Amino acid sequence: MPITTPDLAGAFRLFGERLAEERDALTRLDQAIGDGDHGINMDRGFQAVLGSLPTFLDDGPGALCKQVGMRLISTVGGASGPLYGTFFLRMGTAMGTAEKLEPVELVAALRAGLEGVIQRGKAVPDDKTMVDAMRPAIEALEVSVGGDWQEALASAACAARQGRDRVTPLVARKGRASYLGERSTGHQDPGATSTTILFESLHDALATIS
Amino acid sequence: MKKLINLPDRVVEEALAGMVAAHGDLLRLEEPNVLVRRDAPHQGRVGVISGGGSGHEPMHGGFVGRGMLDAACAGAVFTSPVPDQMLAATKAVDGGAGVLHIIKNYTGDIMNFELAAELAQAEGTEVASVVIADDVAVQDSLYTAGRRGVGGTVLAEKIVGAAAEEGADLQAVKALCQRVQDNARSMGMALTSCTVPAAGTPTFELSDDEMEIGIGIHGEPGRRRVKLASADEIADMLVAPILEEGVFARGDSVLAFVNGMGGTPLIELYVVYRKVDEILRARGIEIARNLVGSYITSLEMAGTSVTLLKLDDEMTRYWDAPVHTPALRWGV
Repeated sequence: MPITTPDLAGAFRLFGERLAEERDALTRLDQAIGDGDHGINMDRGFQAVLGSLPTFLDDGPGALCKQVGMRLISTVGGASGPLYGTFFLRMGTAMGTAEKLEPVELVAALRAGLEGVIQRGKAVPDDKTMVDAMRPAIEALEVSVGGDWQEALASAACAARQGRDRVTPLVARKGRASYLGERSTGHQDPGATSTTILFESLHDALATIS
Repeated sequence: MKKLINLPDRVVEEALAGMVAAHGDLLRLEEPNVLVRRDAPHQGRVGVISGGGSGHEPMHGGFVGRGMLDAACAGAVFTSPVPDQMLAATKAVDGGAGVLHIIKNYTGDIMNFELAAELAQAEGTEVASVVIADDVAVQDSLYTAGRRGVGGTVLAEKIVGAAAEEGADLQAVKALCQRVQDNARSMGMALTSCTVPAAGTPTFELSDDEMEIGIGIHGEPGRRRVKLASADEIADMLVAPILEEGVFARGDSVLAFVNGMGGTPLIELYVVYRKVDEILRARGIEIARNLVGSYITSLEMAGTSVTLLKLDDEMTRYWDAPVHTPALRWGV
């Protein structure tokens, strides 16, 4: 059950739709500990991605991911643009020119994306960032990718949620939330939240392919 | 939300169109959302660009013109511009002598400028950058994103722009910008919150008898929330942590900049300036130059910030040099 370009496009479409639904909720989280624009920026970027998506489908999944990354870098701004953009760009590079991906190849691409995010944003675990949801999700996939694919995706989404919630009591150390110091404790991180939506979307879009 | 807007999504574009309509003799608009000095590029001269989220007007677009910025990139409200914009600005002002990027220290701004610099250098333009991080409200530690770039940015753009105008080379312009950064310190406060047009609700809530000390310029909460105080007490709260930095000593000459956050009238800024002047006199610090007004704002937020810059002869000369931009104009 290899993953095709349309499969992956479906996941991007679902992620974009969920971001639109969660736009105000993400913005409210960001108003509490950031500058109140995370939902607005992610939604603007993914509206642009969804608008161009039909033109991104001519080549393999790698080309699709690269074009999504470039579009986000060009439209989101803030820190989220370079971070999510770098994530999908690196995924695309790791996928190469393959026409279809085995699950293990998708997981390797996600790992490459994570390394790119860490390199660009210089976040370490427990800084209370998107990395705290992304890393456990990808580690869960790496552990379980050899078994049932649906269960592997479910465990990734679950790990992302747990990672997001685990850092809520912590002090933020990166981005604008870090200016709050102790006052950032108890607030759910907006970046970890949008990353959790990403892994939930991957599950919902890709778990049923066969 | 009561605002003089048409559609929240159109605010930045329509404001930029208005600036070009009003100041077409000074600047032109290039895609995507980059204000460029009308007569740029200048062959053989260093180009100076900056940029950041919108909502801080007149910064940065209001500082494009003779003797200050060659281009300014306008992001969405309170959101860093994207690399495409900084790349377009860099190319538009590249006169063959390199381009300086003046970047305020925010995570997003840094990443987007870095990406743009990599792209510009790949295309053969020499780029240097200086990060402005003058806000003493933020603890500068490994555990934060570092100090924010605030009022010192305005002073750096003026002084550095004058040096580039006179033909200083890229290394000299960069070194001067770094010197301004190293000798500038700021602290701000808010009486009210502000509303990002696309969000529609205030970024934070302050009750009628509260104020936020150490506020940033994006409505991000500050160092602490305290009971409302008098203008004199507020001036004390802002100047004291700046003086604690050990940068300013008896006998120094400084530029004192009392800035409005967008919703505070000039009459109140002068009340604050009066007290800042009194505090510095008592310390034996001479205010050799000053700037009073709303130059780096946070939409309609009421409040003020104080920036002190320790001047040397070169900085003073460049501060006094002619400038002709929409927001600052003298000597022309």
